[in-house]
Amino acid sequence: MKISKICELLAAKVICGETQNNVQIEKGYSSDLMSDVLTLDTDNLLLITGMCNLQTIRTAEMADIRFIVFVRNKKLTDEMLELAKEHGICIMESPFTMFKASGILFKEGLKPVY
Amino acid sequence: MELDFSIEGGDFTQAGQASSRVKKVLKQLGVDAKCIKSIVIALYEAEVNVVAHAYKGQIHIQIDKDKIQTLITDEGPGIPDIAMAMTEGFSTASKKVREMGFGAGMGLPNIKKNTDELKIDSVVGQSTTVSMVNYF
Repeated sequence: MKISKICELLAAKVICGETQNNVQIEKGYSSDLMSDVLTLDTDNLLLITGMCNLQTIRTAEMADIRFIVFVRNKKLTDEMLELAKEHGICIMESPFTMFKASGILFKEGLKPVY
Repeated sequence: MELDFSIEGGDFTQAGQASSRVKKVLKQLGVDAKCIKSIVIALYEAEVNVVAHAYKGQIHIQIDKDKIQTLITDEGPGIPDIAMAMTEGFSTASKKVREMGFGAGMGLPNIKKNTDELKIDSVVGQSTTVSMVNYF
């Protein structure tokens, strides 16, 4: 599923990494728990989370996650944005709940990690 | 090559800076991406542990042709029962740590999963030392 399609489905805005609009994503993982995100072996993953702090970006950096949707209208801080840009992480913000965002993407064919 | 870092307990804004630097260095050295991911996830978990539980800590890293050795030493409360701490789901993390998305009792088991060799020593009320080795 293309990033542009994900944005359309989730009424999401790309905050940084606009150039990656045409990248295809295969799987999604929804979690507010970074401890669980760090246990994943999957590549080419979209992280759907409402945990909006600097450690979310750090976790993505370490876990080689290049795409994050922040749900529940969470807004990035300048510090987070700077770190995401430095590591080429594409960030989107959606007004939907995690349940709604995950449900829509699953229904449209984004696969679960497990 | 040797690298050294200091960690301040409780300072979550800095957690991950050492791991980030190590990731850059390993990339420059041309280490396999999957191997880098395991190394930095283990190191990041260890960094978060020091920030979450200790007063302060030191990281010493030695990178050789075939392996990376990491030694993390902290000054803190120590771990009374290491076997218990290695159990998935066991955690003594504070509310603040949990609010940051950590403290689910996955850290030490995840470090074990991502390292080839792991040794943990602890003196209750004084310090914890974590020694990790990953082969390239």
